[in-house]
Amino acid sequence: MQKSLHIDPSKCTSCLQCEMACSFENYGVFNNSLSRIKVFEFHHTGAKVPYTCTQCDEAWCMHACPVEAIKLDKTNGAKVVLEDVCVGCKVCTIACPFGTVNYVAETGKVQKCDLCGGDPACAEACPTGAITYVDANWTGLERMRQWADKLGNPSA
Amino acid sequence: MAWTRKILRVNLTDRTCTSEPLNMEWAHDYLGQRGLATKYLASEIDPKVDPLSPDNKIIWATGPLTGTMASTGGRYSVVTKGPLTGAIACSNSGGYFGAELKFAGWDMVIIEGRASSPVYLSIENDKVELRDASHLWGKTVWETEGQIKSEHQDPQIRVSCIGRTGENGVLYAAIVNDLHRAAGRSGVGAVAGSKNLKAIAVRGTLGVGNIANPKEFMKVTFEKKKILKENAVTGQGLPTYGTQVLMNVINEIGAMPTRNHKDVQFEGARKISAEAMHEPRESDGKAQLINNQACFGCTIACGRISKIDATHYTVVNSPKYWGASGGLEYEAAWALGCANGVDDLDALQYATMLCNEDGFDPISFGATIGAVMELYEMGVLTKEEIGIEAPFGSAKALTYLTEITARGEGFGKIIGLGSKRLCEKYGHPELSMSVKGQEFPAYDARAVQGMGLTYATSNRGACHLRSYTISSEVLGIPVKTDPLTTEGKPALVKAFQDATAVVDSTGLCVFTTFAWALSDIQPQLQAACEGDWSMEKLDLMGERIWNMERQFNNAAGFTRKDDDLPARLKTEAAKVGPAKGLVSGIDKMIPEYYDLRGWDTEGRPTAETVARLGL
Repeated sequence: MQKSLHIDPSKCTSCLQCEMACSFENYGVFNNSLSRIKVFEFHHTGAKVPYTCTQCDEAWCMHACPVEAIKLDKTNGAKVVLEDVCVGCKVCTIACPFGTVNYVAETGKVQKCDLCGGDPACAEACPTGAITYVDANWTGLERMRQWADKLGNPSA
Repeated sequence: MAWTRKILRVNLTDRTCTSEPLNMEWAHDYLGQRGLATKYLASEIDPKVDPLSPDNKIIWATGPLTGTMASTGGRYSVVTKGPLTGAIACSNSGGYFGAELKFAGWDMVIIEGRASSPVYLSIENDKVELRDASHLWGKTVWETEGQIKSEHQDPQIRVSCIGRTGENGVLYAAIVNDLHRAAGRSGVGAVAGSKNLKAIAVRGTLGVGNIANPKEFMKVTFEKKKILKENAVTGQGLPTYGTQVLMNVINEIGAMPTRNHKDVQFEGARKISAEAMHEPRESDGKAQLINNQACFGCTIACGRISKIDATHYTVVNSPKYWGASGGLEYEAAWALGCANGVDDLDALQYATMLCNEDGFDPISFGATIGAVMELYEMGVLTKEEIGIEAPFGSAKALTYLTEITARGEGFGKIIGLGSKRLCEKYGHPELSMSVKGQEFPAYDARAVQGMGLTYATSNRGACHLRSYTISSEVLGIPVKTDPLTTEGKPALVKAFQDATAVVDSTGLCVFTTFAWALSDIQPQLQAACEGDWSMEKLDLMGERIWNMERQFNNAAGFTRKDDDLPARLKTEAAKVGPAKGLVSGIDKMIPEYYDLRGWDTEGRPTAETVARLGL
């Protein structure tokens, strides 16, 4: 079964536990500026939205890379940056329609979400269920269940 | 380690910024934030200094757990000598600023002197500079934050700043960060304003990477987050209703100070409660509450984001207030509402937005309005003097007075002095509901006896956050005690005061203590910090911090007579509710409390106590 990260912004409180978990998992440090998942706050509406790579099937970044530094991890579908191959040309950051591949000036390489090898630290750290790691074919299951509940259990 | 081991010292008079090593010996004795910053302040200034003079200092301080994955690990404190009280002032804030300061590589920023013209401090990791803020002077908190981000072309900068009230010397001006979070009490914002310091802007990309035992830290913080999640208060009550969960609870037990403490129950409480914030309103069918807002690292998320009714009289012509904004907290709802008899939920939301926008403490402000309204009803203050008819219950008066205080206009200048000075000015000092010049928060000392002792002995003037015995006396945490009796309260208050002093020094939020005991925080500290962090050490540290603050106040001139409540709470009995017929038993509790503390009858720590605590 392939799994994917599923994000429900309505549950996000912007506590940034996900960002810290990400930076700790990948760099051993609590440093939100190194996180591969970012929470965006929209003050005028109050919305808080965690955002990261969705691991496109036909990944633009992977196809655009001139040195094949982005590889598919067949065990979980993640597109993974091979740091020792990456030359820091940033073409992938231009190719990605969503902006979720980012250059890191300190290392001269790019970074992106690699699903932590199949056990994403952000989902484990999220206290509200805004970020979950679920069956890729059923990312909408929870929302369907909520509407099914409305249909089948009309409130008195 | 967990500390960055670096302090930034800024002298505004000389316009110098220097880096110095953190005194690690002190860090082991006073931890961080409240404890450590107070140690620095007390060692560096004369306790008798004029709080608004260049000789006072003001310190922004993080704790060892600030900027880590420990739940709620985002707090910072602002420590100075406070202008409202003349006592030690220590105000604590959440949001994201504290963690950002730590990520920039600084445990603390110590500000000295006074700039000859307005400045703000810009920190980008090691790159630190004082920049001109003439163009920001006269701007609100919200405008200042927006403008600094835009000038630096960096939306990720975090800003901690003052609004117009801080510039105008409002004695309860706050320091606000991240738009809606505040180091709110005791006038720390007025001290920043007196120094011509508009803001500190921080961008930190270094992170916190020096945890002593990272693997153990991740394991233990994960386990402790589970406790918060499963607890009824931190897992359900606070996330669902915010601190406003208390409005109906406290009102029902007749502990709701109403109309300047004339009454102990407010008939309009339900209309301004958490439940009311959830209810659809008539105009557009929407609830005032939009969603929850966590502070950095917080897995509780008690913060409220609300939208005011755009058709409400306060904002109908001001679209800038129509968007989502920081919502009502219990203390603000009480002070702006119950203390004045105002039950208009949107008027309170408007007033709380102005408090955020121009940076002033809604507790002291609202309670001062309570005194103004009482003086108005007595005929001492007139419509001509105030600028509006101001009987209890008038939402129009409340919102008008909020506006003129925010802007520093007319009678607003006198409101900005706080209730003690205002009531003295008009010949009725007895009507100021305050201790050491700082106004009471939202619990009546007649109906919850432990809170009376809490207020009377709090080192920063009347305050609920120095020993929140509501936990025990009302909520039964960790054990239920009878709120109506004074018996056992001195020991209860002392235990809460000492434990809270430690929590306030860690970088964590005191709200965790609804679910956590100090023994839940201890293993998190032990995993993060090098060395031994036993419970014995922490217990002693809490007591040491409390006594250090007390010594500062004693040296500043405070004595036994300042540990007292206004006569109203000692002579006018509660009229209704479970406490009907009761007054505060403060006079009975004080001697026992002094004795337990190891203080003499004048409230001074004895030589033996000082030696035992290593002060």
